[in-house]
Amino acid sequence: METILEIKNLNKAYQDFALKNVSFSLPRGYIMGFVGQNGSGKTTTIRAILNMAKIDSGKISVFGLDSVTDTIAIKKRLGVVFDSLYLAEHLNVRQIEQQLKPFYPDWNSEEFFMKIKNFNLPDNKKIGDFSKGMKMKLMVAVALSHRAELIILDEPTSGLDPVARDELLDILSEYIEDENRGVLFSTHITADVERIADYVTVLHNGAVWFTGLKDDLSEKYAVIKGAEEDVPESLKEKMIGFHAYRNGFEALIETEYLAGIPASLEYEKASIDEILIYIAKEDKHERNSEHHEI
Amino acid sequence: MKIIIKNKSELPIYEQIEQQMKAQILEGKVSEDEQLPSIRQLARDLKISVITTTRVYNDLAEEGFIISVAGKGYFVAPKNNELLHERMLFEMEDGLQKAVTNGRNAGLSDDEIMQALKKFLEE
Repeated sequence: METILEIKNLNKAYQDFALKNVSFSLPRGYIMGFVGQNGSGKTTTIRAILNMAKIDSGKISVFGLDSVTDTIAIKKRLGVVFDSLYLAEHLNVRQIEQQLKPFYPDWNSEEFFMKIKNFNLPDNKKIGDFSKGMKMKLMVAVALSHRAELIILDEPTSGLDPVARDELLDILSEYIEDENRGVLFSTHITADVERIADYVTVLHNGAVWFTGLKDDLSEKYAVIKGAEEDVPESLKEKMIGFHAYRNGFEALIETEYLAGIPASLEYEKASIDEILIYIAKEDKHERNSEHHEI
Repeated sequence: MKIIIKNKSELPIYEQIEQQMKAQILEGKVSEDEQLPSIRQLARDLKISVITTTRVYNDLAEEGFIISVAGKGYFVAPKNNELLHERMLFEMEDGLQKAVTNGRNAGLSDDEIMQALKKFLEE
């Protein structure tokens, strides 16, 4: 399978934060959910892909091109949607179209205005006055109108109402029907990627905690609950984010350790949200984290 | 083909779809040789991952419910297909076995279980 995006051993250090050996890849034709709590490094990674942040070491390839040396060629074929508008707020949609057109050789005006109409966006109103959902849809329309092969979305749904979020999922589902395209969708609202994402990368403290098929992630972890005294010490060691309270305990555990556990313990499949919560709890314990390396 | 996905179900999405597709094929609600939506169309219609719909079609093809025709797509398999018949037999035996186990767990005698089965056969 041809990869549309590949990151290899990406390192980038700031004074108080660092990306550590971040590696993952996305094949053409699929959607990857890029999740992790705020400050885990999602935006820094995306800035590195877009060559907006200088990387210390590592290699990023988009469409097989190098993110640093081929950045202009890459950007012509790339669409981005951020959580805030990157376009001039005092212009209306028609003026924005005039402004963007010269930058993209594959710009399709007809397509753009059709999307604007489909998305119910007014073309004569200042875009600065658009609602959050309308701004997001405008950025999506721009991405779709220059035949972007890869769309990168950075927290596009934060602050959006459920209807606008659902509309975005619709648009992405339609976009990916063409198997030559790809989507990298960064979000901390994991319900958005739980259904449509094919792949998931979980970032934690600047490092990749999991990357692979979403189904593999869902099958790999379960939430286990019960009374603390029923838990053998050997099992407790394998738990992630163990949290005891007055009436029992809760923790995340790899499903392979579930065979032969005491019948008094209950477990159910873990959502991506729950996985993120337990990783964060594990951190607070400052326990040795050797058992949840990839 | 009608498919309903419950987000709160304990069953994974691929299994929900497989069960519903199988049921509709077995009940004859979709005709033999009917063309199914492509893997990517189905993913788009249901707003789910392409990997999930790929898995559904692979599983159904392996079990003989649908067939893949190179270059054309997926079709409902002909009913007289032996594999499908085997499959239905297996499902029946599986169901009967569960019924017997449940009956015995409930403390029923073999006769009582037979009576219950007869009642269903007469329906």
